Amino acid sequence: MTKEDQLRYSRQTIIPEFGEAGQEKLLASSVLVIGAGGLGAPILQYLTAAGIGRIGIVDFDEVSISNLQRQVLFNTHELGKSKAQTSKQKLSALNPATEFDVHELAINATNAMDLIEPYDLVVDGSDNLATRYLVNDACFLLNKPLIYGAIFRFEGQVSVFNALENGKRGPNYRDLFPTPPPPEMVPSCSEGGVIGVLPGIIGAMMASEAIKVLCQMGTTLSGKLFIFDALDFSTHTLNVPASADNPLSGKHPSITELIDYEAFCMGQVEDKAQAEVTVHQLQHMLEEGNVTLIDVREDYEYEIANLGGELIPLNKVLSRSEEIPTDGNVVVMCKMGGRSQKAIDLLKSKGYKNLKNLKGGIMAWRAEIDPELQSY
Amino acid sequence: MKVTVTAFGIAKDILNKKQTEVEYSGTTVADLRQQLIQEFPEFAKLASLKFAVNTDYVNDDFVLNSNDEVVLIPPVSGG
Repeated sequence: MTKEDQLRYSRQTIIPEFGEAGQEKLLASSVLVIGAGGLGAPILQYLTAAGIGRIGIVDFDEVSISNLQRQVLFNTHELGKSKAQTSKQKLSALNPATEFDVHELAINATNAMDLIEPYDLVVDGSDNLATRYLVNDACFLLNKPLIYGAIFRFEGQVSVFNALENGKRGPNYRDLFPTPPPPEMVPSCSEGGVIGVLPGIIGAMMASEAIKVLCQMGTTLSGKLFIFDALDFSTHTLNVPASADNPLSGKHPSITELIDYEAFCMGQVEDKAQAEVTVHQLQHMLEEGNVTLIDVREDYEYEIANLGGELIPLNKVLSRSEEIPTDGNVVVMCKMGGRSQKAIDLLKSKGYKNLKNLKGGIMAWRAEIDPELQSY
Repeated sequence: MKVTVTAFGIAKDILNKKQTEVEYSGTTVADLRQQLIQEFPEFAKLASLKFAVNTDYVNDDFVLNSNDEVVLIPPVSGG
């Protein structure tokens, strides 16, 4: 360690359990952080400050105003900027000795193995279930420890998956949640909401577990699920045994390579070759007046910007399906194309065959047709 | 027999509150799951959920005791 390092890290190196040896381990280690959002902000800041040698930042998104209530790495002047790039800039100022790899992309089954392979440990701060299963499976297949955290309203979950203990890998996400529930049972932050300070609490816990795993220090949450409810300030720590039926790590593994996680989380295994329309095709259809447009976003999003479609939020599409025609041209839209796809998959179970998804959602419309639309 | 059910996330929405005392006639976690589905039909959508009892995740054949705390934690995806 340099003289400057000794000063910079002195408050942690004087701790007996950590010491200079712990610091040397952090300086020599590399971490991949998936998602530079609510959880990503504290994870990235604390891991950078602690002196991790190399940090990879995976995020394809741009800063939007609805992020700022919880994503405290960004400020109002950075709306529209790349989250991954902006994070790197800020974090480099915090600790110039840390190396950063910016991965401005969405992690998927095609790129996940190559992305994760070069790092010692992965921290998952992503925001959707398909990515959580994907990251879990890839970390298992690559023998990488995974720090897990997820948030909803006032509640946060934390665990450590696949950590090496006594020569054995600990339980993973599929021991906890073997089968994903239907998509409408797993709302995202934009659908379910989240109290702004919660990712700060949960993300900081995730960073702490990452440091402990890297330094082999203390007792981690491997084999346990921690759950915190800020509303009544209650905590539970539950033991999660490794399941013999786990399709990855159980007695008879059926998953030996990455699968189609979108389809898995939609409860369908068949190819989801799905009719899509582009924003330009939709514009033409709207001019011709021969299309019904269904907008499955939430009321508040519709108020911010809309294309005049009929508003039926995703969690109501089944109960209000009689308002959606079963023949003729029907295009389903949301912010970016994910929720509208879910709506179509739900409605397919009711026999709908005439639904098309608006590719890229209202954000694609804004990018390609009407830049005056309010971004959010 | 009476157990306390503590629900998080969407399970809390379905049961309408975080903690409920449930009087039930069965013996195993699978029986309790069926009873919850009967009382709260939407709970069927969380049928695949693993239950934790007191401090441990358990299998469906786990036999409950009076005054056990059953904890329902659905996956959440937010980040």
